[in-house]
Amino acid sequence: MSTEGEPMVGGPGAHVAEGGGPPMSLEIFEVFRQEKEGGPMVHGGSLLAPDGELAAHYARELYGRRQESVRLWVVKRSAIHDVTDPDLLQPPMDRSFKKPVGYSAGIKQKLAEARERAGGQE
Amino acid sequence: MNDPARLQAFNRHVASGGKVEPGDWMPEEYRRAVGKFVEMHANSELMGVLPEREWILRAPTLRRKLALTAKVQDEVGHAQLLYRVAEDLGKPREAMLADLLAGKTKFHNVFHYPTRSWADVGIIAWLVDAAAIVAQQALRESSYAPYARTMKKICWEESVHILHGRDVVLTLVNGTARQRALVQDALDRWWGPLMQMHGPPTDPAKDRDLAWRIKTKDNETLRQEFLNVYVPRIREIGLEIPDPELGKDPETGRWHYTEPDWRELYAVVTGHGPKSAERLAFRQLNYGETQWVRDTVLHEPRAAA
Repeated sequence: MSTEGEPMVGGPGAHVAEGGGPPMSLEIFEVFRQEKEGGPMVHGGSLLAPDGELAAHYARELYGRRQESVRLWVVKRSAIHDVTDPDLLQPPMDRSFKKPVGYSAGIKQKLAEARERAGGQE
Repeated sequence: MNDPARLQAFNRHVASGGKVEPGDWMPEEYRRAVGKFVEMHANSELMGVLPEREWILRAPTLRRKLALTAKVQDEVGHAQLLYRVAEDLGKPREAMLADLLAGKTKFHNVFHYPTRSWADVGIIAWLVDAAAIVAQQALRESSYAPYARTMKKICWEESVHILHGRDVVLTLVNGTARQRALVQDALDRWWGPLMQMHGPPTDPAKDRDLAWRIKTKDNETLRQEFLNVYVPRIREIGLEIPDPELGKDPETGRWHYTEPDWRELYAVVTGHGPKSAERLAFRQLNYGETQWVRDTVLHEPRAAA
């Protein structure tokens, strides 16, 4: 920033800097925060910034002012691969053999039968 | 394009509690409706700090000054978060600020009124924030997911503001007769705007924002929830609510009250409130004075002369 002269003061509606260059492209950054050490990184929100350094400062102001975060991840949205294809993530096949719920039906009877067969031998 | 089958599927999705992320397909009308709703909310957060800001330098103790400064900082932070949610839907932040400063877009009625005494600061933080949080808690269920997530964070911060406001009010009602009278006077002046704040009862069947679950509760439901919780809390500390018609129907459990002045509400939110012009002028002045910051951040450095 130039130290010469007064900072520019625009009147109401002064949106364009006189003599300024073209607006730098702002980028969208997504902010993830960790509430306590070892916890998951949870999406907080997004922000606009010209670069990663300012994005980190903004993220701190918006998501870390009350000691509510121990870590922030500030990521360019353009770097995120958004995968939502249900054919990939929610295929309509029975996947219960991969989950605890696939082993709950009738398990009590099976266990009871096995115990009975064992005839109380311990 | 909005082909009918896609639109129907979208409507079913949101009506059944489904969520929408920024990159998902959405009808243009939905995009505009969410954007407009969130923009008005952001405007209210930004303008809402001005009545309280006036009291930072006059706060009675250092702790109160710190708490009030933090509250003002929080509310501006909420505006930042909400403008981001809104601009992600298409309208640039500069355009939203320009429309606010030109009086083309609205902000909440309660921020168009003067704060006459320190008791007003307590009543605002306690009751205006309480009435607001009733609406904001319902917005945590909004179909537009980034808004719903942001509201979770905002509600968490607002709950601290309410505790701060209640502490200010309780300290004053436990004080001298004059301090007590200040609180009653503030309540007398703020009750009308508070009752208008959620807006006139509307037909939920005709409210598109409800059908899309951009918001999840209609105006009258929100007002009833506010009354249900806060009327007893106001009365138990010996304050008198300035409405002789106010009471709860024991059969239906619903509150009845004097019809709020909806003409006043309409006049105020269209920029004809007692402080509308002054507050907007201050925002304009402030916007101009901080232009150099935006220029510094947003533009390439100029070549040294």
